[in-house]
Amino acid sequence: MQTVFALADCNNFYASCEKLFRPDLKHVPVVVLSNNDGCVVARSKEAKALGIKMGVPLFQIKDQIQQHGIVCFSSNYALYADLSNRVMTILEEEAPRVEVYSIDEAFMDLTGVSHAVDLLTFGQQVKAKVDKWTGITIGVGIAPTKTLAKLANHAAKKYPATGGVVDLMSPDRQKRLLALVDVGDVWGVGRRISTRLKEQGIHTALDLARANPKAIRSEYSVVLERTVRELNGTSCLELETVRPTKQQIVCSRSFGHKVTDKQELREAVAKYTTRAAEKLRGEQRLCRVVTVFIRTSPFIPGEPQCSKALSAELPNPTDDTRDLLEVTNVIFQQIYRAGFRYAKAGVMLADFYEQGTFQEDLFRPSTNRTQSKALMSVVDKINHSGLGNVFFASQGTSPTWSMKREHLSPAYTTRWGDLRGVL
Amino acid sequence: MRVTYLGVTESPSFITPNSVRIPLYAEGVSAGFPSPAQDFVERTLDLNEFCVSHPTASFFVRVQGDSMMDAGIFTGDVLLVDKSLTARHGDIVIACIHGEMTVKTLELHPNVLLQPRNRAYKAIVITEESELEIFGVVTSVIRKYERG
Repeated sequence: MQTVFALADCNNFYASCEKLFRPDLKHVPVVVLSNNDGCVVARSKEAKALGIKMGVPLFQIKDQIQQHGIVCFSSNYALYADLSNRVMTILEEEAPRVEVYSIDEAFMDLTGVSHAVDLLTFGQQVKAKVDKWTGITIGVGIAPTKTLAKLANHAAKKYPATGGVVDLMSPDRQKRLLALVDVGDVWGVGRRISTRLKEQGIHTALDLARANPKAIRSEYSVVLERTVRELNGTSCLELETVRPTKQQIVCSRSFGHKVTDKQELREAVAKYTTRAAEKLRGEQRLCRVVTVFIRTSPFIPGEPQCSKALSAELPNPTDDTRDLLEVTNVIFQQIYRAGFRYAKAGVMLADFYEQGTFQEDLFRPSTNRTQSKALMSVVDKINHSGLGNVFFASQGTSPTWSMKREHLSPAYTTRWGDLRGVL
Repeated sequence: MRVTYLGVTESPSFITPNSVRIPLYAEGVSAGFPSPAQDFVERTLDLNEFCVSHPTASFFVRVQGDSMMDAGIFTGDVLLVDKSLTARHGDIVIACIHGEMTVKTLELHPNVLLQPRNRAYKAIVITEESELEIFGVVTSVIRKYERG
């Protein structure tokens, strides 16, 4: 059967979350800042129009902020995680299979859906529902492969006439779009590779699609060969349940059978935590924000529904499985409610940090994980013996380490004390 | 380990760890033996189930002011807002107008108005030029009484 994938992607997600409860900022340029209010990590469309670049340090745009009245926000993960969870829950209600790709993107497997409903209509319905129910605008790209779905989504955003939904199932339309897209904008083609490709005369996505897959494989990689095949409509990338990205790691899966036993559900959460932690170390990152979610199936009519998620912020960034297990277990105990037949659980890690250099100097002579683990266990032993106390210098000598968040918006959806006031 | 909660995601079980779950069919506890009637306790009454029809589309806001007094909405009240509903004539809505979020009764005919329910306030007339956005429809009012 012809595979069909759709990519749903929230427009300017963080900035849109910040605007949701602030109608006064409807047409105002808004940027969201990284950890410690360092760099711009998200921009509203007005901020993009002003030419504010992604990743630019805050101090470099001080003048523009003044001049254009740009409003800055510190990252409000509680708000973003809550709205993301709402969006993903709706997608899961609408599509047969969903891969949460990042906090603001999800792939849907729509294979077979076209027998029941026109794909474009389906995409428009999903978009309309998410837009109305959550206030977050999404774009939807539909295509036979994930790589093409990414491009379709790209087009849905770039060309307003599409209404935010593009059906790229027809090979003719694929060709026309591919001819317009720079090869560097193809999913999985990095800057270095795109430079090399252009030297070889491969400038557009269509050029790449027409390249010889075998030659691409020998000159570049299996990964790029797969991209070539995907651009030609042959699906090589399936829906995945584990996927690391730059900004967050999501590890979730639907269960084979409905889980009612608390212990079993807890073990599933622990398993996903372990896998997410492995991915985190594979990315050589530390994380500070951990989210756990558990859900029942929306597909069983009349069954009591429960969908809960809770985020926690660690005092210090970590990549240690044991730290993460401890946190996810605490979160799980908070959100678990008996009496439901759970269909899915997951763990999301966010707010990433580079590994601190002094940590590597002092405690991580190599990046060898087993060594680091052995060291941590020694540290734990010392600390638990009651004879002494060893801690990492990065924690600082004062117990409360807090980061700079001068522009943090209220947790409108997660704290009673932070509810939006209405006149 | 010290863990700081960022907050509970409010969908769909809004009132979480402290929520009062009232057994519908409870049995007395017989010490030492599990009650044979235990199996008949089928469910508990859940306030979420009662109030929240569309968890992913439901949000809370807090009332500031007395413009809806005559509709029984007072300052400090928490309103449950359902974004999935399309506002109709006569609905109490959360509207975004002039950069503010406001709770008013929506009137669609003969003219589009945001009608306060307090004689001391004037209706907000919606003209062609006004940028009106309906955030959602108010479906419940939650008021906690302070004990003296």
